[in-house]
Amino acid sequence: MSEIAPLIVLAGNPNSGKSALFNALTGARQKIGNYPGVTVERKSGHFSFADGRHAELVDLPGSYSLDPTSPDEEVTRGVIMGLQDGERRPDAIVIVLDAANLDNHLRFALEVIGLGHPVVVALNMMDLAERDGLTLDPKKLEELLGVPVVPTVAVRRRGLDELTATLENRLQQKTTPHKPIVVAERDHGLRKQAKQIANQVIVAETAGRRWSERADRLFLHPFLGPLILLSVLFIMFQAVFAWSEAPIGWIEGASEWAAAAVESNLSPGFLRDFIIEGAIGGVGSVVVFLPQILILFLFILILEASGYMTRAAFIMDRLMASVGLSGRSFIPLLSSFACAIPGIMATRSIADPRDRLTTILVAPLMTCAARLPVYAIIIGAFIPPTKVGPGIGLQGLVLFGLYVFGIVGAMIVALVLRSTVTKGPNSGFLMEMPKYQLPSLRDILIGLWQRAWIFLRRAGTIIFAATVVLWLLLTFPKVPEDSAMSQVDYSVAGRIANVIAPVVKPIGFNRDIALALIPAMAAREVAVAALATTYAIDAPDEEAEAKSLTERLQSGWSLPTALAFLAWFVFAPQCISTIAVTKRETNGWKWPMFMLAYLFALAYVAAGITYWSAVALGL
Amino acid sequence: MPTPTTLDQLPLRQNAQIVAVDWGAISDNEGRRLRALGIDEGISVEKLYKGMFGLNDPIALKVGRMLIAIRKSHAQVISVRPDPVAIPA
Repeated sequence: MSEIAPLIVLAGNPNSGKSALFNALTGARQKIGNYPGVTVERKSGHFSFADGRHAELVDLPGSYSLDPTSPDEEVTRGVIMGLQDGERRPDAIVIVLDAANLDNHLRFALEVIGLGHPVVVALNMMDLAERDGLTLDPKKLEELLGVPVVPTVAVRRRGLDELTATLENRLQQKTTPHKPIVVAERDHGLRKQAKQIANQVIVAETAGRRWSERADRLFLHPFLGPLILLSVLFIMFQAVFAWSEAPIGWIEGASEWAAAAVESNLSPGFLRDFIIEGAIGGVGSVVVFLPQILILFLFILILEASGYMTRAAFIMDRLMASVGLSGRSFIPLLSSFACAIPGIMATRSIADPRDRLTTILVAPLMTCAARLPVYAIIIGAFIPPTKVGPGIGLQGLVLFGLYVFGIVGAMIVALVLRSTVTKGPNSGFLMEMPKYQLPSLRDILIGLWQRAWIFLRRAGTIIFAATVVLWLLLTFPKVPEDSAMSQVDYSVAGRIANVIAPVVKPIGFNRDIALALIPAMAAREVAVAALATTYAIDAPDEEAEAKSLTERLQSGWSLPTALAFLAWFVFAPQCISTIAVTKRETNGWKWPMFMLAYLFALAYVAAGITYWSAVALGL
Repeated sequence: MPTPTTLDQLPLRQNAQIVAVDWGAISDNEGRRLRALGIDEGISVEKLYKGMFGLNDPIALKVGRMLIAIRKSHAQVISVRPDPVAIPA
């Protein structure tokens, strides 16, 4: 073996438990990137053999065939053939098979084995096969395929040592147990051969507990199914608010403590103000949303890993079809409620390019977690906490209305796009619905950790930079002692805002909002930090500074202005990261620019209509 | 002997064999995806579920041990022969 760690790739059908196996072998230290020139994710990690030597492991996108029908499948084919840009030729291929689904999954396995590269088969999810009443003979499969076969249960970490030991032997060419199988030539032949092999490997088949099927009778019930889905979504959004209260309190406490610590340890002056108002205040006001984002992702990850998400897609397909999308778009759009970035990245599973583009373009309309701080502060300040019904508060209702506003907006936009810029024949909806499965805690935690890391990195870089720059622009130049102007009006930021103010004045926005909109281009939640920073700097004395942001808003803004501000944030594309990810996913500037333009136009119109309607109603 | 029909017309919980697929009526890519998911001439399927509110679109099929969702537009081009004896559910 050479000095460089050997490259092992995991290949297999979607839903074969490939990613669970990848997580089980590599742990949390994974590198996620992209293949050059294409929007296909490259996931790699390391594991070690029994003797301590390392190997690089790459999790290839799930594929049904080496005859590609999507960019994902093209990359899988490219890597396996050793032709993919950005990847060296693999030293061995691990084909992951769903043991309960052999006849279907063997088709792809046969295609790969037919190429003659070093292959080890992981006969995965053996536990589910047993649950289904199947008894398999792995030795027989090994004999028939002519390549090593190792039974595994990736989510329970069973069979991993055997798998790595077999790989090691295979790499050192110690074993070539049997003559490799001669693989049938085409499509139809492959399927027949797969079926024949499966029939010989399955030694017994009892009715078993068809647990999955019984669950589907409930979850896919024509009437109960949609009701259950609605309940699941309701519980999810409830939890986002209810469960996050305590951790948000801890984060707020920690940032107050940090501010107090800095205050007592540093002498008054520029540096102290900078750290307390700019750094701790700015970043702190954003990090408090980490709990909500993580709770939302916890639900999404569990729904995905359990297999329920594809059922949700099935139920939603008809509805999505009415606006020219498919059930496939449901998963990315649901993720977009947490954050549009993973949502847009999840559109990669949509095979039809027009469908995918439409989904990307409307994803930012889903109310992401970053809008919550903005909504929460405005609703808290302007909407009274009255009850409009048993257990239904007016504040919650307004928040719910903003979510609905975004969804309805997205549906209308999708419909318009599908009959204009993304016009084309209605795409199909063809999807495997995997068996239900108890998600593994480990996989969920790895997923959550990756999300938390992305968010914190964003808070630590983009959001931090934006708040710091804003703070500097607001602080300089210092207003002269004898001037009647306020510090904000005198500062660079105030002067810029005064230029923008006339543009947003017709939709009811004041100078402070114009000021907050600039740094909020970096990320929506910065708007709150920006308002807080602005009012903190503008405070004439210590006492005024202590007044909460809520009180300042109440005294400074009219209700129509506040409502217009909410309407603006339903649509405004104020998130550089979303624009950047759209550029990456659509391979150019055309679509992100289009997205920016149409969303700003919508935001302006929506805020304007809201403002003038509210004024006309005398609010 | 039950009369041949198309997949979208097949009653629920009815096993059937696919006798013909009008590959010309769908795109090459979609055809390949259907075959990759195991939907092809000669195989046995069972229609198990319909979409929301009992609309016939999409439908869920059992193909081997997989559950596959497909749209009516595809089901319409797939001709099936229902098995003489329905397997008890």
